[in-house]
Amino acid sequence: MKHDLRYLWPALGALVLFDAVAQDAQHQHAQHDHTQHSQHSQHSQHAEAAAPQPTPAAHVHDTASAQDAQMDHAAMGHAPAQPPSAAPRTPIPVPTAADRAAAVKPPGAHAAHDNTVQSFVLLDRLEAVDVDNGTGLEWEGVGWVGTDLEKLWVRSEGERNGDGHTESANVEALYGRAIAPWWDLVAGVRHDFKPGASQDFAAIGIMGLAPYKFELSATAYIGTSGHSFAQLEAEYETLLTNRLVLQPQIEVTVHGGNDAARGVGSGLGSVEVGLRLRYEITRRFAPYVGVVAERAFGRTAELRREHGEDSDDARLVAGFRIWF
Amino acid sequence: MSFDANHRGGFAPSRRRFVQGLMLGGAVSSLGLWPRTSWALKSPGQPQVLAGTEFDLVIGETPMNFTGRTRTAITVNGSLPAPLLRWREGTTVNLRVTNALPPGSIHGHETSIHWHGILLPANMDGVPGLSFAGIHPGETYHYRFTVQQGGTYWYHSHSAMQEQAGLYGPLVIDPIEPEPFAYQRDYVILLSDWTDLSPAALFSRLKKMSMYDNYHLRTVGDFVRDARAQGLAATVEDRKLWGQMRMSPTDLSDVNANTYTYLMNGTTSLGNWTGLFRSGEKVRLRFINGSAMTHFDVRIPGLKMTVVAADGLYVHPVTVDEFRIAAAETFDVLVEPSGQDAFTIFAQDMGRTGHVSGTLAVAQGLRAPVPAVDPRPILSMADMGHGGMAHAAQDAKGMEGGCGAAHAAMAATPVADPHAGHGAAGAAGMQAHPDSERGNPLVDMQTMSPTPKLDDPGIGLRDNGRNVLSYAMLHSLFEDPDGREPGREIELHLTGHMERFAWGFDGQKFSDVEPIRLNYGERMRIVLVNDTMMTHPIHLHGLWSDVEDAQGNFLVRKHTVDMPPGSRRSYRVRADALGSWAYHCHLLYHMEAGMMREVRVEE
Repeated sequence: MKHDLRYLWPALGALVLFDAVAQDAQHQHAQHDHTQHSQHSQHSQHAEAAAPQPTPAAHVHDTASAQDAQMDHAAMGHAPAQPPSAAPRTPIPVPTAADRAAAVKPPGAHAAHDNTVQSFVLLDRLEAVDVDNGTGLEWEGVGWVGTDLEKLWVRSEGERNGDGHTESANVEALYGRAIAPWWDLVAGVRHDFKPGASQDFAAIGIMGLAPYKFELSATAYIGTSGHSFAQLEAEYETLLTNRLVLQPQIEVTVHGGNDAARGVGSGLGSVEVGLRLRYEITRRFAPYVGVVAERAFGRTAELRREHGEDSDDARLVAGFRIWF
Repeated sequence: MSFDANHRGGFAPSRRRFVQGLMLGGAVSSLGLWPRTSWALKSPGQPQVLAGTEFDLVIGETPMNFTGRTRTAITVNGSLPAPLLRWREGTTVNLRVTNALPPGSIHGHETSIHWHGILLPANMDGVPGLSFAGIHPGETYHYRFTVQQGGTYWYHSHSAMQEQAGLYGPLVIDPIEPEPFAYQRDYVILLSDWTDLSPAALFSRLKKMSMYDNYHLRTVGDFVRDARAQGLAATVEDRKLWGQMRMSPTDLSDVNANTYTYLMNGTTSLGNWTGLFRSGEKVRLRFINGSAMTHFDVRIPGLKMTVVAADGLYVHPVTVDEFRIAAAETFDVLVEPSGQDAFTIFAQDMGRTGHVSGTLAVAQGLRAPVPAVDPRPILSMADMGHGGMAHAAQDAKGMEGGCGAAHAAMAATPVADPHAGHGAAGAAGMQAHPDSERGNPLVDMQTMSPTPKLDDPGIGLRDNGRNVLSYAMLHSLFEDPDGREPGREIELHLTGHMERFAWGFDGQKFSDVEPIRLNYGERMRIVLVNDTMMTHPIHLHGLWSDVEDAQGNFLVRKHTVDMPPGSRRSYRVRADALGSWAYHCHLLYHMEAGMMREVRVEE
């Protein structure tokens, strides 16, 4: 199984590194000051160090208002402040029994909504595909249920060919945890209904938003059969207008070994590039048209040719993008 | 001083609903040709006024129609906004608040009223779970306390998200001492934001897609235009910086007029709330921002406004053309309309996506032209507290990603702000951040060189040809009422993640942290640093926030302190009220998402 992994981790590793570098750069500067900062942080007693020296004489009043500048600054409460130990100008009232009784907290906690369970379903692609034997159907969707930090993800992808025969279909159930501002780590299972006999995989990956707002998802899979592969998907949204969106997308699949029954071979298996132009009638509903090109490589390409299929292919698509 | 007779006009829900039912498009309101009709004499939007010391308030559901669709609002005594309550300083008020919400209300079963900015015993503050147990169906809670202050305040629900659904109303307290200014007319102008969505659905939508309402993201066309105007290299550099941060400089607010219909005293622009005057009279306008999520920029073309009170308390009069009012803030202004029969009170949202207008006129039915909303501002790196050092960032190798680029650039840059004293980030211009923010999935950015920005009128208000109020122009009419130097300092960072729509202090949400503890009687300082790109009005219950100027001198006493992006502001707090007090961002969904703390004052 060792040989499987060599294909899987570079893709994931590169992604994580990419962002880690960015994160480090972001924090490097804060770090040198941390010792000092911790002294200045909450609840510390450092009146002398932190207290500004009142400088009424040097007070420069820089305001846009001419009227304001004419005002009498001496009457504005800018008299030097008294030390913390001094008596306050307005005496602090001595708490009464009633004050103490009023300050007792009620049982139970404040009902906050800051860890509520929310959900999201995005049918990113539901499209008719122009294929050799008619019109096929493809879909790709993702959904989650959970909180800001922990989510249960469901992903599904599949295609049916022109005669209504399902060529491939899979569904994944993943537990996801936010591990960095822009990244969720996901792990779970994948079930492939097709191609071939159904099979199951363990899955681990990351999903998130890379710098420059590329949406990325990279997942490594290891099947119960021993077959392994990794998938990297990237999307970008080019705004022609605030409703007309051009979305390039690329999906790269790398296999850890041969699985002749399903027509895949070790190494770079296939690259799919799509370009879809959608119009957001509402934020939630957008029809689109697009073009998708796919190319197989290496052993996978050979296997396709042996089966009398083309190793590359391009097709027109039209469909809907919906979320709720 | 008395309220204009119109103020006591009756509430006519059916007629109001009819009028607002016509509100199918914003365009109609801009025509300025609204005919005189009989309904106008009835003045929809003139609040019910309840005065005295005994009040019976019933919270229930009432159908309302502001958009052409009828929705269920939460109301007090059937009114939106809730009735104007008039108290007198020094009296003891009794407010019996009854929960008459129907079973299965979409707005929850429990309710509450919080008296915003009012000094009172902790169990009268109206925050369920902190001050009391909330008001459950059929129950009546008896609020009873002695009024210790005068001025303009407001009240609202602190349960679920009922504040969004209509549970807010004005509070006017007549002071014991004569007021230091005179006027002949007195009107409350309560601004708010209405949505047909249920607040819970809106919150969920923000969690799914926080930029839903931003239809002004920069496009390919914008890129070409910018490249022509500023050069290709500068434009690419600008896109690079924002791209690295994975943010948009057009994100000015999370929810805007794409979702909201803005209201003035519970009326849309079409309803045209009107306050009457006679030429030469002085009119006091008590502006209250009762919005859930909206900062308004307010002006009355043709009139100067003299601000005489902020958050209920007197300030040295300062005359301006325009002011920004954050959610929960109040400003009292005096105007002297003359020379025209009508003036438009114009309030546009900070993101310039919509507005609400009303009229000051010598007779009902008159209107003045309504201005167009201003051009949309674009956030700069300087707005974010990143110094705007785009070019230096090019040299910062290996500083890719996050805010690192701008961060590196700032290291070598002296702080340009002349006020860089106490409030600024220190000699190096670098802002340190709490450890809890480090690598935190709920923190999507950190400001690097924040400044107090007290003399900055704000994003979209600079150099607009008008004299715009800034915090530096607000000076309490009284000395620092405590007078002591703070004995200690607590620094809190406002943090968030735009995509996850998660908000907090120091990267932590309300439910995940312990209370902030203050010792009874102490004088301490809170320093706030805004590590987000949003503007947050921060409200401390029960205790005043004595805002300091850039040199650390007492500036103005407030109950809500607005924090623009890239700002670092400080205020003194005198812990003179025992109990558990809510401390939170007054943008409702930020609070609900976690930007809240409990402040516990203990002996």
